[in-house]
Amino acid sequence: MAGYRNKGKGGFMGWIDDRFPATAMWEDHLSKYYAPKNFNFWYFFGSLALLVLVNQIVTGIWLTMSYNPSAEGAFASVEYIMRDVDYGWLLRYLHSTGASAFFAVVYLHMFRGMLYGSYRKPRELVWIFGMTIYLALMAEAFMGYLLPWGQMSYWGAAVIVSLFQAVPFVGPELAEWIRGDYLISGVTLNRFFSLHVIALPIVLLALVVLHIIALHEVGSNNPDGIEIKEKKDENGVPLDGIPFHPYYTVKDIVGVVVFLFVFCAVVFFFPEGGGYFIEAPNFEPANPLKTPPHIAPVWYFTPFYAMLRAIPPIAGSQFPGVVVMGGAIAILFVLPWLDRSPVKSMRYKGMLSKIWLVIFAISFVILGYLGVVSSTPGRTLVAQICTALYFAFFFLMPFYTRMEKTKPVPERVTG
Amino acid sequence: MKKYLVAFVIALFPLSVLAAGGAGPKLDHMEVDLHNKASLQRGMQIFVNNCLGCHSAQYQRYERAAVDLGIPLELAEQNLLLGDQKIGEQMTIAMGKEDSGKWFGNPPPDLTLEARLRGTDWLYTYLRSFYKDPARPWGVNNVVFPDVGMPNVLEYLQGEQINTCTKDELLHAEKRIDPLTGKAMGGCLTVSTQGQQSPEEFDKTIYDLVNFMAYIGEPSKLDSHRIGTYVLIFLFFFFFLAYALKKEFWKDVH
Repeated sequence: MAGYRNKGKGGFMGWIDDRFPATAMWEDHLSKYYAPKNFNFWYFFGSLALLVLVNQIVTGIWLTMSYNPSAEGAFASVEYIMRDVDYGWLLRYLHSTGASAFFAVVYLHMFRGMLYGSYRKPRELVWIFGMTIYLALMAEAFMGYLLPWGQMSYWGAAVIVSLFQAVPFVGPELAEWIRGDYLISGVTLNRFFSLHVIALPIVLLALVVLHIIALHEVGSNNPDGIEIKEKKDENGVPLDGIPFHPYYTVKDIVGVVVFLFVFCAVVFFFPEGGGYFIEAPNFEPANPLKTPPHIAPVWYFTPFYAMLRAIPPIAGSQFPGVVVMGGAIAILFVLPWLDRSPVKSMRYKGMLSKIWLVIFAISFVILGYLGVVSSTPGRTLVAQICTALYFAFFFLMPFYTRMEKTKPVPERVTG
Repeated sequence: MKKYLVAFVIALFPLSVLAAGGAGPKLDHMEVDLHNKASLQRGMQIFVNNCLGCHSAQYQRYERAAVDLGIPLELAEQNLLLGDQKIGEQMTIAMGKEDSGKWFGNPPPDLTLEARLRGTDWLYTYLRSFYKDPARPWGVNNVVFPDVGMPNVLEYLQGEQINTCTKDELLHAEKRIDPLTGKAMGGCLTVSTQGQQSPEEFDKTIYDLVNFMAYIGEPSKLDSHRIGTYVLIFLFFFFFLAYALKKEFWKDVH
């Protein structure tokens, strides 16, 4: 960790380093942080997630300057931002598109982890911090979605908060405590605003720091799933490692440009994302007396929403569905201990692991689709099957990862 | 890795089987053209003269619309402002929501974002789909919005339209349409007594009106497209620079 390098060297940096480990931090995390040289396409999404986080914070600060967090003024203030604030439309679309982009890159980032076993020892805490970021991000997105105070904002929040009502014994009181009212109201809007712009961003930033510190302590995994620190040269530098800066900073810039191209195409030309990023009913102000005909969460929550709907109520209680939905997220936390394979990367795992990962990914995508559309008996059945497969991927993992025949792992990374 | 991606894509195809079979009557399509200033100007004129009595557009300022649409401000002040409104004000109305709620059943909604809420196809079809129905308080009903509380405000232009199908056939229009005969949704409606405009002229009037409503839904859209084009062109060229930089640095990594 940060030592006292460059102390007493004089000059501006020497002066700083006598008082603050600036050079040491720079070296530990960038110029002498050795990352495996064989990162592929999947390794762009971590830095992209950081980019989107910065985008959300910066645009969020400016949106907050003109937003009015009250039931009476919220909807109008969003239109004020869209029309009367210079480039307000751009700030808002960067923020709303950024929310979707955040989940897109985070889902791909998580899938990378599952693909190459980045959650395996010694990176369990990296994974758990990451999962906690994902959890905080879901809360952040959910609360942010209420703020425009449109019909879908309102009814989406109403549906999700009512899930807490299904908790046995304390449900109704719990839901009321979350809302601060008997229904979603200006009180709810104000507290969601507070949590969205202060509490959760602080939590998110702290978790990102923890995620990166934990990662840099153990070093990055790579597509081969082998530890580059096991083969070092005489200076203690991993033979297959290259300094993150400048190698990966310049490489990530290429990824950033490609990402920004897609992102800006959406922001400037399709900000509604075909109704998936900004839903049409949200162009009507929230009306507690008028339920929209079809309430669908934003696309990034739909896989879990589909699971919720797939589970039939037991004794009139939706609680089992809520448990399954929560369980679908909770089970990801223990992933490091479910995988018993002698190898980390999918490259050297056996056929069973590969098949199950594909089944898992397909089930997740199908559930995502089913959560968008209204349910029919046929679709509910498909959702139930996909939910079962989703959980089977995790529950059976200790068995199939041990049973299958793995391929020999190379000594050095294979590019 | 490619095989996984291919597997994803293949797996997605059967999903179309599950897709919803679209409810509601078929909508006529219209192509919004925000570059057509003449259409937008005419649309604003129609909007102010016919809609703004009962509906507001409370987030849209007259001045912004006039400037964006190329209407000289003096001309707009003389012809488009209601009462003692100022050009910098928003397009609000004097009618109280409580009163209008009593008169129409529901207060007429604000129209600033109606095109984004319902879609331009919906508006274009809706405004042309009123038909005579003595059972309704205002003597008219609507195909895409059955039992709507709004009268056919533009009847003086369109004339009176009558429905030649049964009410039930109209309401379940999507089941009734036979793709072989090509009988369209509007097939049930015919103009019995023509108003000031021919059906073609009236379609054009509605087109201009909805075009304008698309504009007020998102007045920044043309700006967005203009700036977006520059941004994408910049990123396109910057990609080659970034890629060359990466290549240069990575020359010594083997």
